[in-house]
Amino acid sequence: MSAAVLIENLQKSYGDVQAVKDISFTVQPGEIFGLLGPNGAGKTTTIRCLCTLAKPDAGKIEVGGISAVASPKAVRQRLGYVAQEVAIDKVLTGRELLKLQAALYHLPQKIIGDRIQQLIEVLGLEEYANKKTGTYSGGIRKRLDLAAGLLHQPEVLILDEPTVGLDIESRMVVWEFLQELRSAGTTVLITSHYLEEIDALADRLAIIDRGVVIAEGKPSELKDKLGGDRVTLRIREFTSDEEADKAKHILESLSFVEEVIINAVQGNSLNLIVKSGQSSLSKIEQSLAEVELPTFSLAQSRPSLDDVYLAATGQTIMDAQIASSSARDLKKEKKQQMK
Amino acid sequence: MSQSISSQNIKSVLAPNPGISGQSNQQSSSLGDFIQETLALTQRLFIQLQRRPSTLVAGIIQPFMWLVLFGALFSKAPSGLFGTDLSYAKFLAPGVIVFTAFSGALNAGLPVMFDREFGFLNRLLVAPLSSRYSIVAASTVYIIALSFIQTAVIVLASAILGAGLPGLAGLSAIALIVFLIVLGVTALSLGLAFALPGHIELIAVIFVTNLPLLFASTALAPLSFMADWLQVIASLNPLTYAIEPIRYIYGHGDWAINSIVMDTPWFGFSFGAVILVLLAFDALILLAIQPLLRRRFA
Repeated sequence: MSAAVLIENLQKSYGDVQAVKDISFTVQPGEIFGLLGPNGAGKTTTIRCLCTLAKPDAGKIEVGGISAVASPKAVRQRLGYVAQEVAIDKVLTGRELLKLQAALYHLPQKIIGDRIQQLIEVLGLEEYANKKTGTYSGGIRKRLDLAAGLLHQPEVLILDEPTVGLDIESRMVVWEFLQELRSAGTTVLITSHYLEEIDALADRLAIIDRGVVIAEGKPSELKDKLGGDRVTLRIREFTSDEEADKAKHILESLSFVEEVIINAVQGNSLNLIVKSGQSSLSKIEQSLAEVELPTFSLAQSRPSLDDVYLAATGQTIMDAQIASSSARDLKKEKKQQMK
Repeated sequence: MSQSISSQNIKSVLAPNPGISGQSNQQSSSLGDFIQETLALTQRLFIQLQRRPSTLVAGIIQPFMWLVLFGALFSKAPSGLFGTDLSYAKFLAPGVIVFTAFSGALNAGLPVMFDREFGFLNRLLVAPLSSRYSIVAASTVYIIALSFIQTAVIVLASAILGAGLPGLAGLSAIALIVFLIVLGVTALSLGLAFALPGHIELIAVIFVTNLPLLFASTALAPLSFMADWLQVIASLNPLTYAIEPIRYIYGHGDWAINSIVMDTPWFGFSFGAVILVLLAFDALILLAIQPLLRRRFA
């Protein structure tokens, strides 16, 4: 059985910006696959190539074994696409938009009405279907767009940053719906820069950074591979540099501590990587007490996806997000995508 | 009626089903698909018109004001100035008909440009359209329908203002000419909508094209009034080839396919020849926009 989505050595540049340098991953039928990375990592460009909106410069893209470059129409038929910014015609009602969408996917005339009604009910849009989409809130728009993407019962549903800008409640609705979709057998490919979103939803994921895949696997595998536990220590609420340095030296001499980093941004808190399965916290507290350093807070956790990203790139996704959003020229990117 | 659906039903609604669009008999239905998508896209434009009719209202008020104001501007011109037995009202009506249709068609690309900018076009481009020319076809059908509505209103208003009403054959001929000029100009505007970077540029092109082409045609004054150089330009302007035959119909009850309806500095054109020129104009533009569309539609 061929993969639901296969992307191999994908490359795509806009002008002199190499948005995708070398991206490969495989989505198996029936799973939720996450593409995780900060904005500007190349997620949207990858999705645009997959949805046949952009032509790749090089590389292989297949949906159910069919090449997106050689047979774009067959691929379009198999994909449902929910874009990041939902483009709806504000003057149309939700039902009218779905009718248009149904015609664009050539659903037989006699089933269109029923099919639309089914999706309206499944997505809880009864109250809104006959109102103009211009009156919808962000969450309702997203639900309408989900309905539109699923009208033609695609094999793969692609969602680009589906919960950006949504309130927490709408986000939960989307998450639950995607899980329902998976249990119905639809393959889901979702991009996000929210760690918790990918962690909660994805069966497998690829982490993308600056146009390349830096890790691919199950969330638990990637985290386990890193090994060790994470310990966050605050000596005081705001620790002085001297005390932080002193603590660092002492902690580094402990046998179970692998690494100690002083996080100046967080008031000189200390981030430790320790061997897992040890009673580390009490030993840390004890050795600090021996040199008369207090403990303000101390917490131990398993590694997160952010730690996976941190280990590969040397920065957290949030830091990369902030760095990239100040370096990007969004207007220019939009122009290039319109070409 | 709408009781909540059982979880089993939800599953069947959400499950993939590649056969839903009848892919097995793909080949046989591609014309049907093209018609289905074109109709749906056209319907969208008409729903927009129905809920936001201001473009159409303005598109009817404006030519009406042209008729009234320009008519008044020259109402005391010596009789016979605009040709034998042709009042300025009669002279003006064809110019306003053609110019109105032309302006409407020139704006045809704007909604497409906004769809591009707002990302709605992507919704169409990710769909398995049987041909992306259905997007162009829908806009063309819509603009032609609008032009016919406007033309009908102008013909009626002109009749009330004293221009008279051509017979049924005359009206059909007017419809044909309006169709031909609108087709070419709409195609040009749609081509630009896909080629230019954004709506600012498209509006700039519309702005510099619209009025100059009006004044460099015979819409407001006959060729004989113009400087020699402008006569040459006006004789090359496709608008003139649409205005003059309509004007002939307004001025002559007895016109035929071989009537000489238009004079240029070089030679006269019969009614049939003018239609051929307009057909050639359409063919030229449809050919010229192919590369612009193909770049995007490939």
